[in-house]
Amino acid sequence: MWLIDSSVGRKFVMGITGGFLVLFLLFHSIMNVVVVFSPEAYNAVCEFLGANWYAIIGTLVLAAGVVIHFLYAALLTVQNLRARGRDRYAVTTRQEGVSWASKNMFVLGIIIIGFLVLHLIQFWSKMQLVELTGHGDHALAADGAYWIQHYFGQPVYCIVYIVLLCALWFHLTHGVWSCLHSLGLDNKTWLPRIKAIANVVATIVVLLFMAVPVYYLIVNVFGI
Amino acid sequence: MDKTINVTLKVWRQAGPKAKGHFETYKLDNISTDASFLEMMDILNEKLINERKEPVAFDHDCREGICGMCSLYINGHPHGPDSEITTCQLHMRKFKDGETITIEPWRSAGFPVIKDLMVDRSAYDKIMQAGGFISVTTGGVPDGNAIPIPKDKADEAMDAAACIGCGACAAACKNGSAMLFVSAKVSQLALLPQGRVEAKRRVKAMLSKMDELGFGNCTNTGACAAECPKAISITHIARLNREFIKAKLSD
Ligand code: HEM
Ligand code: FES
Repeated sequence: MWLIDSSVGRKFVMGITGGFLVLFLLFHSIMNVVVVFSPEAYNAVCEFLGANWYAIIGTLVLAAGVVIHFLYAALLTVQNLRARGRDRYAVTTRQEGVSWASKNMFVLGIIIIGFLVLHLIQFWSKMQLVELTGHGDHALAADGAYWIQHYFGQPVYCIVYIVLLCALWFHLTHGVWSCLHSLGLDNKTWLPRIKAIANVVATIVVLLFMAVPVYYLIVNVFGI
Repeated sequence: MDKTINVTLKVWRQAGPKAKGHFETYKLDNISTDASFLEMMDILNEKLINERKEPVAFDHDCREGICGMCSLYINGHPHGPDSEITTCQLHMRKFKDGETITIEPWRSAGFPVIKDLMVDRSAYDKIMQAGGFISVTTGGVPDGNAIPIPKDKADEAMDAAACIGCGACAAACKNGSAMLFVSAKVSQLALLPQGRVEAKRRVKAMLSKMDELGFGNCTNTGACAAECPKAISITHIARLNREFIKAKLSD
């Protein structure tokens, strides 16, 4: 099966799953800023994405995307370490045009996984999971705005989210163009363009996500 | 104009493929800045021979940047600190008086060390043998210019064909991947009508040979193109991906 046996096939899977996750994050980040303008509208979205069949299918597809992306990332990283050989260079340098993110995609991914686990415990387990299992506080299961106020009312969580979002930014600045490149969608004219697109997409997604903790930090700490 | 410098060399010495290697330090005085890097290595070897010591083994052949035989990882760069040249085209004027120069072999699982600074690069030959050619089943010789080729395609193919197969790409890559080499060789033929005929078979054969020989998965860091003495662009890698994915999807 070429999707696992060949290096380009493995990168194809990385690209497809990574690209899919980027599209999800775009949706998720836009959905989140709604809470700044209207907590009621935000809760309507939460209601919509509760334990409904389409939201459950969406969650399963997403989980599969993350798991496949992670397993392939681990496989690639191990194979590449082996291909590098046992002897390391005594002197190494930074090459021009080689981004820091591109050399640290796996480490950044591990940080993102940590972030994801924290995020699932704080929000998903109190919301969709409660609706699915029936255990826990039903009254608050679709009250996303409550949970945001609950966690982001504590400045420490705002800071943690803001810092972890930086790791996501780095991962995406390389990931978005690398994804297009791995799928073969690149040439001399488009290389600088897709690199610019990657920076723009990464920045938009991360700024939208950051808007929420930053807003709650200002409101709760400075009381504006 | 006859400026000279004194340098300290830290050279990787390894008796054989299985032996444990180590760095040996040598001092060379009064090296002309007009000398090429390999001439400096010759001077070192002459000195070692006169001292009845084993000379340093390193690869070289044409010494004019076209054969791809010279290698050497010099101060953290394949082919040294200058850009778009091979080691044989590097000159001592690129170094400062009193500088310590660290010289290492290519380090990649695909290129095992044979001796000292010499590595076995036959893996690239094997990849070429797997499909880097056009089969001679084309009938008689066609008239020159009988096949129209767009200028941009011809230019792109020529740029790819500049690859001399030296191995600097895999040596520079943190993933030990040979993708820049394979993509240049696939591109130079895939872009031309003569090469299109066997394009699918070729890309599959060359890529699976590369994977089989233990080279890594490309993660698009771009270190290869930054160090390539012929400035091969990583956009050829995108073409390789495209050609391979299309070939597999049409199977
Ligand atoms: C689960 C933890 C994650 C790990 C361990 C991880 C790791 C990696 C690794 C090792 C690569 C390959 C390096 C490369 O191609 O340059 C990669 C690529 C990529 N990742 Fe992640 N990542 C993770 C999560 C994510 C998430 C959540 C997203 C989406 C926002 C994402 C998006 C991408 C994209 C778009 C690529 C480029 C694919 C390609 O080059 O073919 N990753 N990731
Ligand atoms: S010796 Fe031929 S390219 Fe350097």
